[in-house]
Amino acid sequence: MTTMQVLFLIFAAIILGSAFMVVTTKKMIHAAFWLIVVLFAIAALYAMLNAGFMAMVQIVVYVGAIAILFIFAVMLTRKELLDRGPALNANKSIAALLSLLSFGGLYMLLRNWSGFSNMAPALPEGDMVAKLGEALVTPDAYLLPFEIASVLLLAALIGAVYVANEARSE
Amino acid sequence: MNSIPISWYLILSAGLFSIGLFGVLARKNAVAILLGIELMLNAVNINLVTFWRYNNPAEVTGQVFAIIVFAVAAAEVAVGLALIISIYRNRNTVMAEDIDLMKW
Amino acid sequence: MEFWNDPITTMFNSLLESFTSGSMSVATATVLIYALGILLFVTFAMVLDIFLVWIERKVVARFQDRLGPNRIGPFGIFQPFADIVKLLIKEDITPIGADVVLFNLAPIFSMMSVLLLWAILPFAPNMVGVDLNVAMLYLVAAGSIGTLSVIMAGWASNNKYATMGAFRTVAQMVSYEIPMVAAILVITVLAGSMGTVGIVEAQEEWWQVFFLSAPLTFLIFLISAIAELGRSPFDLNEAESEIVAGFHTEYTGMKFGLFYAGELLHSFTFGGFIALLFFGGHRFFGLENLGPIVGALIFIGKALFFYWVIMWVKYTVPRIRIDHMLAFNWKFLTPLSFILLMVTALVGRLLLDSAWLVPALFLSNVFIGWMTVLYLKSHERKTREAEEAKSVPVAQH
Repeated sequence: MTTMQVLFLIFAAIILGSAFMVVTTKKMIHAAFWLIVVLFAIAALYAMLNAGFMAMVQIVVYVGAIAILFIFAVMLTRKELLDRGPALNANKSIAALLSLLSFGGLYMLLRNWSGFSNMAPALPEGDMVAKLGEALVTPDAYLLPFEIASVLLLAALIGAVYVANEARSE
Repeated sequence: MNSIPISWYLILSAGLFSIGLFGVLARKNAVAILLGIELMLNAVNINLVTFWRYNNPAEVTGQVFAIIVFAVAAAEVAVGLALIISIYRNRNTVMAEDIDLMKW
Repeated sequence: MEFWNDPITTMFNSLLESFTSGSMSVATATVLIYALGILLFVTFAMVLDIFLVWIERKVVARFQDRLGPNRIGPFGIFQPFADIVKLLIKEDITPIGADVVLFNLAPIFSMMSVLLLWAILPFAPNMVGVDLNVAMLYLVAAGSIGTLSVIMAGWASNNKYATMGAFRTVAQMVSYEIPMVAAILVITVLAGSMGTVGIVEAQEEWWQVFFLSAPLTFLIFLISAIAELGRSPFDLNEAESEIVAGFHTEYTGMKFGLFYAGELLHSFTFGGFIALLFFGGHRFFGLENLGPIVGALIFIGKALFFYWVIMWVKYTVPRIRIDHMLAFNWKFLTPLSFILLMVTALVGRLLLDSAWLVPALFLSNVFIGWMTVLYLKSHERKTREAEEAKSVPVAQH
């Protein structure tokens, strides 16, 4: 058991345990905070995969913005301060069955793939962040998806402001 | 770094996806359903970055794909939560089974 | 002599020899020495924090034309220790109905978000915690952890004033991250690297210092940093006369001490970042070639100077109202910072490797500043004329 394997197992346990707490806890605020634990552990996983830029962007975008948005939404949509009542609805047994089936199906599918026990190849030389930046703004590479993603974000921004706006004159 | 086979990451990602799927299907609160969707999107991102690292780290395709998924997830969460807040203002509830005005 | 030229590596090697002379493997010894190094570094940061409390009390006193603490020790230098003892012996109250885990985690996260930043501060070329190549993104990420701690504190206090204060503080911190990121992007464009060591290396001569290439960006970064820290004039969220004490209303004793000391250390760290990004880090007209320890002292001196500038702003300017604060950010700072980014990128690209780069950038900054002032004056004149047109009929009876 090398150090990396032990680290991976720790982070994987944190991710799966916290994800389970996200979907089963009764108090919504705790669910949002367990999601933050999941997001941090996933950022650590990205750092283990030598994708340092992705790890930082995960923390800035997911933890710094999306998780805080969730916390605000939970705080603004509650009738009473305590969350009473069951967390899961009447479909929980069928849902559990479906999720177990999907996990089993994915595992079977992947197990029959020839490259399932590959090891990581060597990382290429050079600055990955610079290459990533070049790929995002080169017309031959991924400039078009980049620009369309920015238009999508602008549309989502305007849409969210409009939908959540209270004072609308009819 | 050369000691973890790709299968570990893929099984982790599949497990996280299934837990997210369970959250979407079995939770009452609409915001909790969105939390399940976020878990599924993160599982997909882990998958993308893993395949980038293990198949061809010289090309940055995997990371670019993952960045676009970040942007789409952020946009979707913003609009989804705005809709939920607007529904809460109209119906005073966020339980998904109480918002059934179009059912007959 | 070797220690003078490269203190960290020599200490590491000597400790490694002494640890592995027993029966410890190299890997375990390395991990232990890293842990020891982190512990020493954090201790240095916290001891500096105690010193910063004394500086704060003395400087605020001098700005307000009084003396400050001068009884405990020469010049009152042991005053922070008295403060620490006072905070430690206060009763540790957890309010009823508070979320105990989150309530206790919030001050720890607040301190954590500051101490994490010390890993990327380059005290000298080979005295940096870790030379991340995405260090500037790491700076923004650590700011996000600070935002998280504020929400945790406000929510877990079970107190409506605290929650309101937390909402406002988070809105302010998240809003002011955007001009800060744009200012950091300008520096990244000018330096060609996001890593702290790369940014310092790009400011070799005294005239290549990024303050001369981007003075308006320096102002924008200063304002956004003060707003990120939650210090006056942006401290509506913890102002005692406005909202009790905002998100840390319910915190007593050392937990409040962690918030307070965390804010001071955060201000000092941002002073360090201003020194790094705009004034060449540990450079000082060639004096840093004497050795890394001299460079580290120069860096700490510059960080203290900019910490003093932040305090100067705090004790001079009155508080800004929350809606003025947010309007100032979204309607003024954000467009201005993006315009500066575009102009800097354009001019930097056109005049790459030319001797005219620094003067051209300086003149473009001056030009943009002048246009901004003209625009603001015309906008102000139009608003005033509109108001006078509305109020004139009332005055004529």
